[in-house]
Amino acid sequence: MARALAPGARLAMWPQAYVRQDRANRATLRGTMGPVTTANRAHGPFRLTEEHEMLRDAVRVLADEQVAPRAADIDRSAEFPDDLRRLLADQDILALPFPEEHGGLGGELLSICLAIEQLSRACATTGLILAVQELGSLPISIAGTPEQQAHWFPKLASGEQLIAFALTEAEAGSDVAAARTRAVRDGNDYVIDGAKRFISHGSVADLIVVFAVTDPEAERHRRLSAFVVEVPTDGFAVTRLEHKMGIRGSPTAELAFDHVRVPAANLLGGEGDGFDIAMRTLDRSRPGIAAQAVGIAQGALEVATAYARDRKQFGGRIGDFQMIGAMLADMDAGTEAARQLLYRACVEIDAGAADASRWSAMCKLVAGDNAMRVTTDAVQVLGGYGYIDEFPVERMMRDAKITQLYEGTQQIQRLVIARALLGKGG
Amino acid sequence: MRIVVLTKPVPDPASGGERLTAEGRLDRANSPAVVNGNDEYVLEKALKLVEAAGEGEVIVLTMAPATAPETMRKALAMGATRGVLVTDPAIGGSCTVATTRILAAALKTLEFDLALAGVDTSDGGAGVVAPGVAALTGLPYLSYAATIEPDAAAGKVRVNRITPAGYDVLEAPTPALISGTQALGEPRYPSLKGIMAARNKEIATLSLADLGIDPATVGTAGATTKVVGSRPPEPRAATRVVRDEPDEAARQVVALLAERRLI
Repeated sequence: MARALAPGARLAMWPQAYVRQDRANRATLRGTMGPVTTANRAHGPFRLTEEHEMLRDAVRVLADEQVAPRAADIDRSAEFPDDLRRLLADQDILALPFPEEHGGLGGELLSICLAIEQLSRACATTGLILAVQELGSLPISIAGTPEQQAHWFPKLASGEQLIAFALTEAEAGSDVAAARTRAVRDGNDYVIDGAKRFISHGSVADLIVVFAVTDPEAERHRRLSAFVVEVPTDGFAVTRLEHKMGIRGSPTAELAFDHVRVPAANLLGGEGDGFDIAMRTLDRSRPGIAAQAVGIAQGALEVATAYARDRKQFGGRIGDFQMIGAMLADMDAGTEAARQLLYRACVEIDAGAADASRWSAMCKLVAGDNAMRVTTDAVQVLGGYGYIDEFPVERMMRDAKITQLYEGTQQIQRLVIARALLGKGG
Repeated sequence: MRIVVLTKPVPDPASGGERLTAEGRLDRANSPAVVNGNDEYVLEKALKLVEAAGEGEVIVLTMAPATAPETMRKALAMGATRGVLVTDPAIGGSCTVATTRILAAALKTLEFDLALAGVDTSDGGAGVVAPGVAALTGLPYLSYAATIEPDAAAGKVRVNRITPAGYDVLEAPTPALISGTQALGEPRYPSLKGIMAARNKEIATLSLADLGIDPATVGTAGATTKVVGSRPPEPRAATRVVRDEPDEAARQVVALLAERRLI
C-alpha cells in the first residue's frame, strides 16, 4: 500500500509524542555523558612547526643518504644494523624520547614519530630501532622514580645502551593479563622465572623491561609488576631468534628467565602496577608503530610513483593510464589521511587527552591497514618488477604486515576504540 | 683558532630545478637553496681544526638575498659558531668582480687565522671568487687543498695542493685564504642537538653601507659580464649498468672498453 507523502510530511507520520521523547532522550544522553571522545571538541587547524619541519628534514636526508642504501642488505642478511644504531646515536636521534636533564632532547611524541616515519620510509628495521628504544623506556618514564630515570636514561639517550620491552608470552599475546612469568620477592631482590616471546631487540638490548606476576591471587589486572633487568645476567638466556617475513634486521627473540635475580630497586612503580604501566606504555608507543606504517607507505608510494613516471608500455608512461593513476592517487590520499590522524593523535596524547587510548589505537589501525594496502598496490603498479628484489616494494609489503600485528593486532585496536565509544559497561 | 668559511646558498643540484630567468639571473624560486657542496667540505675541515685546537670559532660568511639565514642555519647546525650575512637589495645581479669586492670588504671586518672557501660553486662554477678575495685583501692564497695543517705557534699553515701529478706542498704565514677540495673529507650531518642549538646562534647582517661600498658599482648596474643565453647540456646516451659480481663485472667492463678501442 504505497501512499505518496507531501514534501516535508514524513516526520508528521510519527506520533508527536514519540518525536518529543526521542529528542528528550538525546538531550539526556548529551547531558549525562558529555562528549564521549575528544573528537567533537573544537580544535584549531594543525600544521607542523618550523622546528618539527627541520627535524623531519634532517632525518629524511640522513635516511635517504645513509639508511636507504643499506635497507636491502639488512633485509637479506637479517642482521641487526649496528652501524645504523650508532648513526642514530651519533645524530642524537635516539636521544629524542629522553628528558634533557639526562642527555636527551626532550622530544614530544610528534617529534619522535616524525623521526620514526622518515627512517621507516627508507628502512622499517631502522625506524624500529628508535620505536623500540622509546617503547622500552616508556615504563621507566611513566612509573620510574627520578633516581631510576637518572640511573638508566643517560646511556639510553646516548644510544650506548638499547632497551627492550618484554610483555608478550607464548600463551599471553593479546591477553596480556594471562602472563605466567613469575617474580618472587626474596630479601632485597626479586627472582624471575619464565619465558617471553616475540621480544623486539631482545637479543641486542642491554636493559629489558620484564612484566612478571607478583601476585597470582590478585584481581586479574593487579597480578603483574614491571622490572628492569640488566643483561647479561645469571639465568637469562636468548633461547631463539624468529625467522620473520618482514622487519628482518630487527631481532625478535625468545627470552628465558631461570632464577634471574634483580634488586628490588629495579621494580617500576609498586607491585601490581604492571598491567597499568603496560597499557599506558602502549597508549604512547602505538603512534610510533603508526609512524612506521606511514613511513613504509610513503616509501612505497614514492617508488611506485617514480616507476609509473618512467615505465613505458603501449607507447606511453604507465602512470598516464587512468587505472594506474587512480591507484597512485588512492595511495597518496590514504597515506596522507593516516599521517594527519597520526600527527593529531600525537598532539592529543601529549596534551593528556582523556581518550589517549582511542587516539593511539585509531592511528595505528588506520596507518597499519593503509600501509598494507599501499605497499600491496605498489607491488601491483610495478607488476613483475614489484615481485622481485630488484625494487624495494616487495620488502616494504612484507615489512608493512607487521604493523597490523604488533603492539596490539588491528582487532585489539578496534576493541580499544569500541570500548572508548561505548564505555567498558558491565 | 678562528676560521672564516665562505659559504654560498645555491639551488639544490639534486632538485633538478636549476635554471635561469628570462633576464639571465638565477631563478631562486624554482628550487630550494642548499649550502654549496664544496663549501660543506671546507666547513667540515674548519670544524675539525677548531675541535682539534680545543678553542676558537668558525664563522660562516655569506653574501646572498635576505632569505639566506635558512640555508646558513644548516652550517650553524653542523657546528659553526656564528654567521655573518652580507645582504642588500642592490647586490642582486652582481658579477664575480663585484661579488669578490663585497666579500673582500666583509672579510676585512673579521679577525681570523684562516679563511676557507670551496674551490667552486655548483651554480656559477667560475671558481675565481676565492683567489679574487685573496688578491683584494692581500692574503696569501693556497688553492686546491687536499690537506690543511695549521701551526698556530709558528703562525703558519701548510697545505697539500692537488696537481695533475700529485701534490705541491705549500706553506704560508697566517692569516691566509685557502680554497679546499672534497679530498678534505666528508662533511658531517647536523645532529638533532646541533639543529636545536642553531636556532639560537647569531647571524649578523651587513649592508653595502656598512661596508662602505657604493651600490651603483655592484649588482646589475655595475656588472662587468652579462649572461646572453643558457641551455641544458645534451642528454647523455643510454647508460649500461653492469650489476654482476666483481670478477665478472670487471671482465665485461674491460671487454666493453676494448671493443671501443679505449684500452
